[in-house]
Amino acid sequence: MKGLSLLVFLPALGAAALLLVPRRAVSLLFYAALGVSLLAFVDSLLIFWRFDPNVADMQMVERLAWIPSYGIEYIVGVDGLSLFLVLLTALIVPIAILASWTIHDKVKEYLFFMLLLETGMLGTLVALDLFLFYVFWELMLVPMYFLIGVWGGQRRIYAAVKFVIYTMTGSLLMLVAIIFLATRNYQVTQTLTFNYLQLANLRLPFNEQMWLFLAFALSFAIKVPLFPLHTWLPDAHVEAPTAGSVILAAILLKMGTYGFIRFAIPLFPEAAIAASPYIIALAVIGIVYGAMVAMMQDDLKKLVAYSSVSHLGFVMLGLFAFNLQGVEGGVYQMLNHGLSTGALFLIVGMIYDRRHTRMIADFGGLWKQVPMLSAVFLVVMFSSIGLPGLNGFVGEFLILLGAFQRSAAWTAVAASGVVLGAMYMLWMFRRVVFGPLARPENRLLKDMSPREIAMLAPILALMVFMGVYPQPFLSRIKGSARLALERVEAQNLGAPLVRIERESAEGSRRGR
Amino acid sequence: MDGNFLPLLPAAEVLVTALVVLVLDLLTGKEEKGLLLWTGLAGLAIAAGIAVYLRGGEEGAFQDTLLLDRFAVFFTVVFLGVAAVTMLASVEYLRETAIREGEFYVLILLSVCGMIVMAAANDLILFFLGLETMSIAVYVLTGMWRSRASASEAAMKYFLIGAFATGFLLYGIALIYGTTGSTQFAGIAAVISAGGGSVPLLFAAGVFLLLVGLAFKVAAVPFHFWVPDVYDGAPTPVTAFMAVGVKAAAFAGWARIFLYQWSPLSGAWAPAVKALAILTMTLGNLLAITQSSVKRMLAYSSIAHAGYLLIAVVAGGEQGGQALLFYVVSYAAMTLGAFGVLIALKEGETDAETYQDFAGLGFRRPFLAMAMSLFMLSLAGFPPLTGFTGKFYLFRAAVAAGHTDLAVIGALNSLVSVFYYLRVIVMMYMEEGNAEAKTLSRAPYLYAGIIVAAIATVYLGIFPAPALDASLKSIAALR
Repeated sequence: MKGLSLLVFLPALGAAALLLVPRRAVSLLFYAALGVSLLAFVDSLLIFWRFDPNVADMQMVERLAWIPSYGIEYIVGVDGLSLFLVLLTALIVPIAILASWTIHDKVKEYLFFMLLLETGMLGTLVALDLFLFYVFWELMLVPMYFLIGVWGGQRRIYAAVKFVIYTMTGSLLMLVAIIFLATRNYQVTQTLTFNYLQLANLRLPFNEQMWLFLAFALSFAIKVPLFPLHTWLPDAHVEAPTAGSVILAAILLKMGTYGFIRFAIPLFPEAAIAASPYIIALAVIGIVYGAMVAMMQDDLKKLVAYSSVSHLGFVMLGLFAFNLQGVEGGVYQMLNHGLSTGALFLIVGMIYDRRHTRMIADFGGLWKQVPMLSAVFLVVMFSSIGLPGLNGFVGEFLILLGAFQRSAAWTAVAASGVVLGAMYMLWMFRRVVFGPLARPENRLLKDMSPREIAMLAPILALMVFMGVYPQPFLSRIKGSARLALERVEAQNLGAPLVRIERESAEGSRRGR
Repeated sequence: MDGNFLPLLPAAEVLVTALVVLVLDLLTGKEEKGLLLWTGLAGLAIAAGIAVYLRGGEEGAFQDTLLLDRFAVFFTVVFLGVAAVTMLASVEYLRETAIREGEFYVLILLSVCGMIVMAAANDLILFFLGLETMSIAVYVLTGMWRSRASASEAAMKYFLIGAFATGFLLYGIALIYGTTGSTQFAGIAAVISAGGGSVPLLFAAGVFLLLVGLAFKVAAVPFHFWVPDVYDGAPTPVTAFMAVGVKAAAFAGWARIFLYQWSPLSGAWAPAVKALAILTMTLGNLLAITQSSVKRMLAYSSIAHAGYLLIAVVAGGEQGGQALLFYVVSYAAMTLGAFGVLIALKEGETDAETYQDFAGLGFRRPFLAMAMSLFMLSLAGFPPLTGFTGKFYLFRAAVAAGHTDLAVIGALNSLVSVFYYLRVIVMMYMEEGNAEAKTLSRAPYLYAGIIVAAIATVYLGIFPAPALDASLKSIAALR
């Protein structure tokens, strides 16, 4: 194994090795898991180093026949759309393992699932065969189900089952759509393949595209989550252990948006264009709705969970603007949201570990007691609301810039979401961190431990770096984003297979 | 009479093994019963060796009424494997209960003999003979736990319903013979296609009755109502054997008769089978949700899986056949494993059956719970396990044959099934359990059986290519 395959399967091998470690050796288990995940991170850095920013196509592609009689192959590769998500995943998992140091119960299984989850996530990001993609896609589900269900809070079983059922609803229909797509491709080209790069050349009639797009989109929209399919998210986030929330927010949700830009949009461009007004509308509704609901929360974790709904709405808005700024901003914002919301969940987890409550009303005046934690919290919060100079601003700005060219009206509404986002975050922050240190329990709080500093330091550094100097990131995203868009634009310009539907699709866009 | 008896050899070898075990049972003392198991397993292995060695022999026995083609060999190996795992998984169970080991093994072997004949039969009468040999042995197996009332009740029910189904089957055969003058599949198909597209009414009635008889055997809705009580009442190893072996044998019949021999007539029977498939999946899954006993849940889930398998029959063609054969193997591995874990939870004279018996198992018996999770996830269709791969090919066959609706319904049904399969995992890992609850201690044979099933579940999921190729060759051999 080499390159991407090594990266993908390293955590799984580590997970298998963990099974051999005796259950009682808790700290050995932790250090072993941390070591494996750090090794994977180093490997991901090597991949970043080998990545050629001037190539828009797939790089480091590995190909192996897997089930030849069905044309199913093992193909992995990475491009500008997935590169940074791979890096983010490899970065977040060791941090999540560090954040799990407070877990004492069933540590072996916990770390086993954590590493298995990493393999699932990395595999999903690099898989280029639709069958392989589906396998990894579902492989993410099971470990997360266990993490929520076993190590979660009070209503963990309800949340875990809801998470699985929601996700499966979409993905099973996507499975049928994948099969249908490959079958149609076979009928047209006489080659049976699930290779995404080959299937992307197929031009289906609009009618079929629409059904297939809907099946893919449902699966991805549930994961994002796009309003109104978001109701599993607050439950899953609130009940999950801290590390589970972090991974869920930082990476799993991105799989939905990644799925759109990697698969749903390039495979079915005409249908994507036709559906985009509705998706943009839902995204903007999600932005405003998520922000307003977040404002009403008195539980910190729920507040952050709803803020995710709002932020992911921005990502969707950017992707469906179908222009370079929008898509670039969308991909960039995926990374930003991964960092900032991941960090917010870490901080909420730290507060919860100390006080065993997450109610905003139980806090106040923390700055006096835990200045370092409060200062870090401040930076993370600013990143989340998109303060210029930090990473969040770059992404949001690009998205709004792109979306404005598409639909000024919706963009205006979405921009109000930025204001709302600042409102609920600042208001929450004021109630938690400023004011008098009224409650005696809060006088005993300890400031950040070295372990906690180690968790947040890399995230803070990246927030500043990505806010000040986004160029190294954007330059690598740009080529691949343009390539994805070319497929959509070709639909507008070229001579498509079915003219009438195309015109009606355009007509509906003009009508907007 | 021609002299080619070779195709009969595997079945005959199993029969001889059964007789040897029967005699050994009389000669051995109570402590030496392990010998019976090993004799039986050796017999199964030899039969498998013979079958594989003779594969591809095109010449049939008894005027071509018995064929040992690749198709028959494929199913023969499946039956032998199922029997071997069932025997392994039942050793400790039988010692805990008052069931006599020797007789149990003999009956398993006899019914396998019948199954092999079913898979190899190229003639309705011979098929019927195999079916009855299998069924009668299983009726007895069901009632072998004589001290338990529910087992006797189950055996009685199974026997009555089975006799009823046999009646349908035999009447169907009679009508078919009456209209075509032949009992051989090929002869029947030839007569009907010579008729130039029009199907005689009586022949259609015969096919319909045959369909009903076979639907009883695979427990397709609405001919499923006997399943929960019979599966629930029977000793757990017998339930496993019924759910897997008997079902596989019946599907061998479906495949040879409907998928291949009468595929030109599919216009006549496919709509009925399609309705059957939809009903079977949907009802099986919906009823499985409401069960409070895991054993009954598995009974209903076996109904649902019969529905999935019927998708392949509707899809037809080489792809349908390939998917059917592969799924039979997948289903056998994961279902045998699940029942194996159920056996392991047995405590003294009572079977562990409720979800509550699984509570906290995940950290009390990590190995058993991990295996059970694998089987449940596989049955629910999670990749990369074999249940997913199998379903993938089923759906693929359905879509390729233009039955996308069946694939969608199948996918939605899998979703429903996720709900009850995950409940087992919820109980094992997420609920506090009774730390006192025991499991069969020191059960090496049973664990060996479970491990075999678990390895198959994972291996067939990740590396399905060899099994798929074997399935394709077997189906192609029919052509």
